[in-house]
Amino acid sequence: MTTTAFLQYCLAGISIGGIYALIAIGYTMVYGILRLINFAHGDIFMMAAYFMIFAMVDFMIPWYISAGIVIISTILLGVLIEKFAYSPLRSSPRMSIMISAIGVSFLLQNLATYLFSALPKQYPSIPILNKTLTFGEVSTSVVTFITPIITIGALILLMLIIKKTKIGMAMRAVSKDFETAKLMGIEINTVISVTFIIGCFLAALGSMLYFTPRPSVFPLAGSLPGLKCFVAAVFGGIGSIPGAVLGGFLIGISETFIKAAGYSEFSDVFTFVLLIVVLMFRPTGLFGETLAEKV
Amino acid sequence: MKKLSLLLVVLMLLSAFLTGCGGGGAADEEKPDGSAVKSIAVEGDTIKIGVFEPTTGENGGGGMQEVLGARFANSVAPTVAIDGKEYKIELVEVDNQSDKTAAVTAAQSLISKGVVAVIGSYGSGVSIAASQTFADAGVPAIGASCTNPQVTLGNDIYFRVCFLDPFQGTVMATYATDQSFKNAAVISQNGDDYSTGLAGYFKKAFTEQGGTIVADETYQTNESDFNAILTTIKSANPDVVFIPSSITTATLILPQIRANGINAQVLAGDTWENATIISKDSVGVAFSTFFDENDTSNPVAAKFVTDFKTYLNSDPKNITYNANTDTVAAVSALGYDAYMAIYNALQSLDVSGAELNSMAIRDAIAKVSFDGVTGKISFDDNGDAIKDTAYIKTITDESVTSKEFKFIKTQSVK
Repeated sequence: MTTTAFLQYCLAGISIGGIYALIAIGYTMVYGILRLINFAHGDIFMMAAYFMIFAMVDFMIPWYISAGIVIISTILLGVLIEKFAYSPLRSSPRMSIMISAIGVSFLLQNLATYLFSALPKQYPSIPILNKTLTFGEVSTSVVTFITPIITIGALILLMLIIKKTKIGMAMRAVSKDFETAKLMGIEINTVISVTFIIGCFLAALGSMLYFTPRPSVFPLAGSLPGLKCFVAAVFGGIGSIPGAVLGGFLIGISETFIKAAGYSEFSDVFTFVLLIVVLMFRPTGLFGETLAEKV
Repeated sequence: MKKLSLLLVVLMLLSAFLTGCGGGGAADEEKPDGSAVKSIAVEGDTIKIGVFEPTTGENGGGGMQEVLGARFANSVAPTVAIDGKEYKIELVEVDNQSDKTAAVTAAQSLISKGVVAVIGSYGSGVSIAASQTFADAGVPAIGASCTNPQVTLGNDIYFRVCFLDPFQGTVMATYATDQSFKNAAVISQNGDDYSTGLAGYFKKAFTEQGGTIVADETYQTNESDFNAILTTIKSANPDVVFIPSSITTATLILPQIRANGINAQVLAGDTWENATIISKDSVGVAFSTFFDENDTSNPVAAKFVTDFKTYLNSDPKNITYNANTDTVAAVSALGYDAYMAIYNALQSLDVSGAELNSMAIRDAIAKVSFDGVTGKISFDDNGDAIKDTAYIKTITDESVTSKEFKFIKTQSVK
């Protein structure tokens, strides 16, 4: 392997890892607050891509305004899903709400198939992101280069929100103990909505970064990335935000190097084997909370 | 406990005996060698033809275009007269989801609905998976665009109206050699009969013609990130990259080829003939296909193109299914031809008192010979259409705005 090729692989790995990290944060936050794996998250990410196609292709809105529209509509979708599919089940057993999440996932996939057909649609090109950069021998697009930077930026911002703001404090309280937080006068509904808003915002951001270099959107486009990001979140310790980011990066990099070695058929297998190995030694993931019996 | 297990054994034997005797409603004919052949009889005055295509999943786009061709054919020829009796032809559509497992279920559901012939499928893998189901029921199937040899090999109920991958792979290799390319890289999809088959025939033909394969990479189904294998290919520095893949993969891999700074000529197979792949990243790509709408040498094709465009524009939904253009896809033309092959077989039937059933239709299909949209159609002993010409098309700068492919030339094998 030449140095150039090595650098190129690294860049590709960190870039896809950054996107995984952005989506994994959504999984991990919702789990932290509601103890729910939001299986529809990957499909929300897919819907965000369709919103972009609508805004830029069907309505000819310039990309910077479209980006705003996409973020707002994705957030609305996420909050609506929470209101209609999850909140009525808040007091029911955890399994019911999980099944509801799987149901929403299928609903979104089939709705997309019904509305937009199964034909892959071309994701609109955002000119500023599609420029090709060359550093000596290594050639890449702007979007691949800035993805990890954006991911790290989003992570820092999110940590600040959680550590420094009132709503962040409320979120920490709710994830610690749902019932007590409620008794202490924390507006549970607001906290849950904010969680979904942040998760969907990052999913919308991730979808722009993901589909710009891979501009093919189809109804199942969110299922495999969704699954991998869920794995990334578990890998890093579900409920932990830095864990989700680290998990995303690790999975992205390991995947790329497995493919580079010519074993592309094993890249996903490896991802899941890695997960199993980690969970054997650290059942709660890398940064997971230690399981203490509540007395 | 003993009694219970005995009961189970008896039940199993009974059920084996019952299924061995064949289900109800199917007529058994004696083959010369004494084994029974099942077939499905036509009931009443409606002939049901199954449309076995993917409308969702990886090949949902191309599958839908094939369905449009069959639907249009059905609107052109909705009834058929056999021995002076008028029959209505009804299409029964199922979605095989581009998935080998779902394909078998879909095929079984067609059989249970009593279809006497089947059109499809886009995607060789699903056709191969379902062929046994059709063979067991004695229902003939005509593939429109499934190019893998395995589809018709070793069974006498599967036919096809398109050329085969050994031919197509050789055509593309010949085209590459004609352009004086020496080093080729190949990217194929693991576990996909169409992709691996075509890649194999290309490699064989290209090396026989004196070229070298410098990189041979594979990827997984539903892969969206090709940066790793493209980096490997870039280091190998090929003149030409051959990518037999689905449309979904094509739209993903093309921009990544650009971003990775690979300037080799990209070649592909018939699947790429879909307007969705056209973008500034795909300019220069060339692929082989079955048909060209601007080829005016065939009067049947010329009439089909005009009428089919009218049909597409009659409903905005059809345009959506056709990748938002009214360009006639080769797979639509093949879907039309597959229907017409069955239609011609039905017309030629001479039942004269005998039962009108699916095996009779199968025997008639084998003898069919007519002028189709994609050329003259008649079947050899394997059930393959006898064809020797591929159309090479490319994407130019004009294509990006017009959303139409540019025809380069017809190519046959030396």
